[in-house]
Amino acid sequence: MGMIDRLRPAFWDGATDGGPYRSLFNYRRLWRLSVALLAAVSLTPLCIMTVIDFNVTKRAVNQENINRTTITTSNTRRTLTYFLDERLAALGFAARVQTYENLSTQDHLTALLRDLKAAFGGFMDLGVIGEDGRQVAYVGPYDLLGINYADQAWFKETMASGSYISDIFLGFRNVPHLIIAVRADRPGGGHFLLRASVDTQRINDILAGLDLSGNGDAFLVNREGVLQTVSRSHGTVFERLDIPVPEQADRTEVVETSDAEGGLIVGYASIERTPLVLMVVKRQAELMRPWFAMRLNLMGFLGASVLVILVVILGVATYMVEKIFVADQTRAKTMHQMEHTNRMASIGRLAAGVAHEINNPLAIINEKAGLMQDLIRFSPEPPSPDRLSGLVDSILASVERAGTITKRLLSFARHLEVHIESVSLQKVAEEVLSFLTKEAEYRRIAVEVTADPAVPTIESDRGKLQQILLNLVNNAFQAMDDGGSLRVRIFRPGEAGVAVSVADNGCGIPAADIKRIFEPFFSTKKKKGGTGLGLSITYGLVQELGGTLAVASELGHGSTFTVTFPLDKGDAGAPAARG
Amino acid sequence: MRLLLVDDETELVSALAERLRLRGIETDFATDGDAAADKVRANAYDLAVLDMKMPGLSGLDLKKKLQRLRPGMRFIFMTGHGSEEDFRAGSAEAAGYLVKPVRIEALIAAVQAALAGGQG
Repeated sequence: MGMIDRLRPAFWDGATDGGPYRSLFNYRRLWRLSVALLAAVSLTPLCIMTVIDFNVTKRAVNQENINRTTITTSNTRRTLTYFLDERLAALGFAARVQTYENLSTQDHLTALLRDLKAAFGGFMDLGVIGEDGRQVAYVGPYDLLGINYADQAWFKETMASGSYISDIFLGFRNVPHLIIAVRADRPGGGHFLLRASVDTQRINDILAGLDLSGNGDAFLVNREGVLQTVSRSHGTVFERLDIPVPEQADRTEVVETSDAEGGLIVGYASIERTPLVLMVVKRQAELMRPWFAMRLNLMGFLGASVLVILVVILGVATYMVEKIFVADQTRAKTMHQMEHTNRMASIGRLAAGVAHEINNPLAIINEKAGLMQDLIRFSPEPPSPDRLSGLVDSILASVERAGTITKRLLSFARHLEVHIESVSLQKVAEEVLSFLTKEAEYRRIAVEVTADPAVPTIESDRGKLQQILLNLVNNAFQAMDDGGSLRVRIFRPGEAGVAVSVADNGCGIPAADIKRIFEPFFSTKKKKGGTGLGLSITYGLVQELGGTLAVASELGHGSTFTVTFPLDKGDAGAPAARG
Repeated sequence: MRLLLVDDETELVSALAERLRLRGIETDFATDGDAAADKVRANAYDLAVLDMKMPGLSGLDLKKKLQRLRPGMRFIFMTGHGSEEDFRAGSAEAAGYLVKPVRIEALIAAVQAALAGGQG
């Protein structure tokens, strides 16, 4: 026996026995339905919750990443802005407290550069430029004295707006640097410029010192998208940036881009008063890694839950359906036994009536035989042969009468086994009524049988038909007072079937009860010992024969039970199980 | 002693009546309630043997009817149907209750017992 066979529950192959009372349910369908329903109601919310949770946590992690990028970008921008502002302010202060004459002398300028380097750091050289654009004094590693800057854009800008910070460039010295310039007033009227180079090492240090998660990158670009500082993975200084440079933004902005590598989070902010833009770039895939680990846990948990739930559902559904199956089987067996008991009881009832009917011919035989003896014993002369012959004829006729009755009972009792044969409904009806003629006579119940001659015989089980009709006629008798009338009609309700109706003019059935009369153990004859099984058994028998049982009743005017059978379908097992 | 037999089985009552007459008991018979009533009106019977079950009329009803016509008459029930209910009713109402088929000696003994007893 294989594993599958051992696991397969007993109900899977349907009813094993239980006789003609078929099961009420299709167990496989019941099982499938309950598994599907239970699975749907338990797994659907779980899956929906998982998806929601999945999305919520993803969004939360993403939002967190964006927030952190925003903060980093914002802080770094402030730091850089402060760094440059500090140097611009220092230069402005120097230009204000020193006179043009002082600054123009080499010694003073040297001392100033030294002080600036000591106090602030980052300054590389210092130059003084007159209003005409000519550099009048210079200290620093290069020989730049006398150069005229009048045509340079930064010169014009500084003259116009008072201060200037350049982007980062290589210049004459081939070292990345930027320049800061301020305009100062000469006491006698007119202006001059104080200009300094700032090396970008400090800026690089600030950017390198940032703690960036997710393989992040922080760098400066100018508005043309040229890198101003070294980046880790987006090119080196003065290369063109490989991601688009966003629009001018005064505030810190964060955008998400999606590309082949799983997307980037880009934070950017302009450094005030400069053409520089700070960019912080992080890789989504790196940032989401903790979340991926969590997602894996989530999926694992979901999978395990689904598995456990399915196992429990399968177990519970199988157990329940198995229980129903067992109960149903028991019910079917009980009903089968009930049917048998009912049949035996009706045979018992009939036997009592039959005993009465046999006793009458027996009494006649008794008297006739006794009379013959008396005639021989008491008569002075022997009785005439004619007289004796008449008495013997009476005895023989009575024996015949008793024999007919016993044969009828035997034929009724014989049909206990299921046996499909060609049956005439009229014959069966007459047979059944023959047992009840005496009772009808005593109770002055008029029994009328009308049969449409066009009704053909049907393939059916005679014993069950007898039982059905006997139950219906007995019920009708019980519903009627003495002097009632019973009409049994055999007719064709349509081409496909034949029908027997049993109509009485008895007490009728209340409308409230009519739905319940076919239920087992429903009885209104509680006092008189009714079991409440007669009609439910009759109903079962009719169904077994593939027929239908209908009832029409009017309280106080009688009831009509009509049994309709299909013409050629009467086998006990054929109709599919209900349910 | 004069008896009336009432039973719907003609062959039965006629033969029984003849046997009783052969034994010197004056006996008439009727096969339905109306004929029985006519006979009771016409003659003075000491006792009637009634079938418990007859079409349209039960032995108990017939007994009441005949008793009204001739108070003091005795009754014996004779039936082919031995139901408990009938036995109790029959025993209570009449002097005797016999189940068919009945030996004639038993019937005569019951008749004599009924006529000897005071109850009717």
